[in-house]
Amino acid sequence: MTLRLAALVTGLLLVIGTPLAWWLARTRSRLRPAVEAVTALPLVLPPTVLGFYLLIAFNPRSALGAAWLDITGQTLTFSFAGLVIASVIYSLPFTVQPLQAAFAQVGRAPLEAAASLGASPLDAFLSVASPLAIRGYLSAAVLTFAHTLGEFGVVLMVGGNIPGETRVVSIAIYELVETIDYGQAHVLSAILVALSFTILFALYLLNGPGRAR
Amino acid sequence: MKLDLDLRLERPGFAFHAQHQGTLSGLTAIFGPSGSGKTTLLRLIAGFERGAGEIGLGPHRWQQGRHFVPPHRRRIATVFQEARLFQHLDVAGNLAYAARRAGTAHNVASLADRFGVTQLMGRRVAGLSGGEAQRVSLVRALLTDPVLILMDEPLSALDGAARAGILSIIEDLRDEGPAPILYVTHSRSEVARLADRVMLVASGAIRSEGPASAILPQILQTERDELSVMTVTHTGVEADGLCVLAYPGGRLLVPDFAGQRGRPTRIAIHARDVLLARGDAADWSGRLSALNAIPARVFAIEVRGASARVTLDCAGTQIVARITARSAGALGLASGVDCLALIKSVALLED
Repeated sequence: MTLRLAALVTGLLLVIGTPLAWWLARTRSRLRPAVEAVTALPLVLPPTVLGFYLLIAFNPRSALGAAWLDITGQTLTFSFAGLVIASVIYSLPFTVQPLQAAFAQVGRAPLEAAASLGASPLDAFLSVASPLAIRGYLSAAVLTFAHTLGEFGVVLMVGGNIPGETRVVSIAIYELVETIDYGQAHVLSAILVALSFTILFALYLLNGPGRAR
Repeated sequence: MKLDLDLRLERPGFAFHAQHQGTLSGLTAIFGPSGSGKTTLLRLIAGFERGAGEIGLGPHRWQQGRHFVPPHRRRIATVFQEARLFQHLDVAGNLAYAARRAGTAHNVASLADRFGVTQLMGRRVAGLSGGEAQRVSLVRALLTDPVLILMDEPLSALDGAARAGILSIIEDLRDEGPAPILYVTHSRSEVARLADRVMLVASGAIRSEGPASAILPQILQTERDELSVMTVTHTGVEADGLCVLAYPGGRLLVPDFAGQRGRPTRIAIHARDVLLARGDAADWSGRLSALNAIPARVFAIEVRGASARVTLDCAGTQIVARITARSAGALGLASGVDCLALIKSVALLED
């Protein structure tokens, strides 16, 4: 459940985050600081604030919640779909920021070279910018995955605690502690620590020696 | 092909307005001090910057009113100061990148062979020397089958030996290349060595444009001294070691000459190294230490104070001599008078 959520959110965010990060890295628009600030908001807001607003937006009586209910026949609140959307918003900066930095690092020079060789902007993005920013993609994917894995507040607010539907590991641990089942809590917590460490370790290992190309 | 150029670009603290109409062929050097707008001009032509106005070459209209052809559809190849090879591809991959998009895959092997990059094909880009990388980037640019080649100081990041190698490739491209070349530089020696024509750029505008022989003296003039430019061909070495430099009116003999054998080369002659004499060369034979006494006709004399600037015509080449006004009077020099120019030394053009 938790892994499926993290994987899905990571995939979605790479698709959404790429054009956003690309735009942020290259635009000269005056809107850029505002968009950057909005993108970074989930980093600083308490999860409860985000969760509260999402809960209101997902409510079947709100426009978004009602539309979702009409189309899918399910409510967004307290459902897996709602969790995915909430997590996408919550983890957005962890995708966008590494990608934006990677694209900025690639710079204009290789793209101009590609254009002078007859590559259209989309072609140049796919054949030059993306491969050169591959480390950025790796960082973004790993950080997003790990962060989604460990989130708690937003999930609790939006998803509640429904076994098989919205009960992720962090919530399960919370419940185990509440019911004073420390043994089970230890097992789950240890798994999460080990998993997160492994992922981050792999990331830094991969980024380490090659960083100063 | 005819170039129509009328482009304006406004940036904070910088205004650029380039206007020129003329035929492009061979290599046109765009020369000017740094910050004058040379690179901006190149970027406007390539379409990397979008200015107002129009630009076209022959049948190609790249910009006119609202019509703007994006860089990747202009078929303009740009060779940058740094080679800008793609780091994630090897040398063969970089060449294939251009060839695949231009449909010139069948040319890769022959071009690679011609410019000596065949043995580099499997190499990683990061492991190439500066000269090797620039060589690959030149081949890559040619593979785009361009209608115009832009070069932005392609030698400035290279050291001596690598520079010489790329220089002779650029000379080949100038003489037998597929497309006219616009070549940005602030090096006078590169202009002297490479340019068929010169475009002078200063403070955001094209100041003048013309054949290199007409523009070079302007570039080479300094406050202290003045240089004349003569095109010679190093044809051989005499038994006593003197090098023979042929020019349309005859030949010059110089003790050592670093220019390439058999290729027309421009040399500089300092105005203070030219002495003037009357009479035939035969009269002076055996009575003068200067080896080079060449026939000349006075074209014009400007007297300023005690010194005189004498412009001579030596078989079609203009040479300037600086002598004293008194000597000019004593020799009876006037426009149209025949005399001898005694040339003490010549130099390859250097910065």
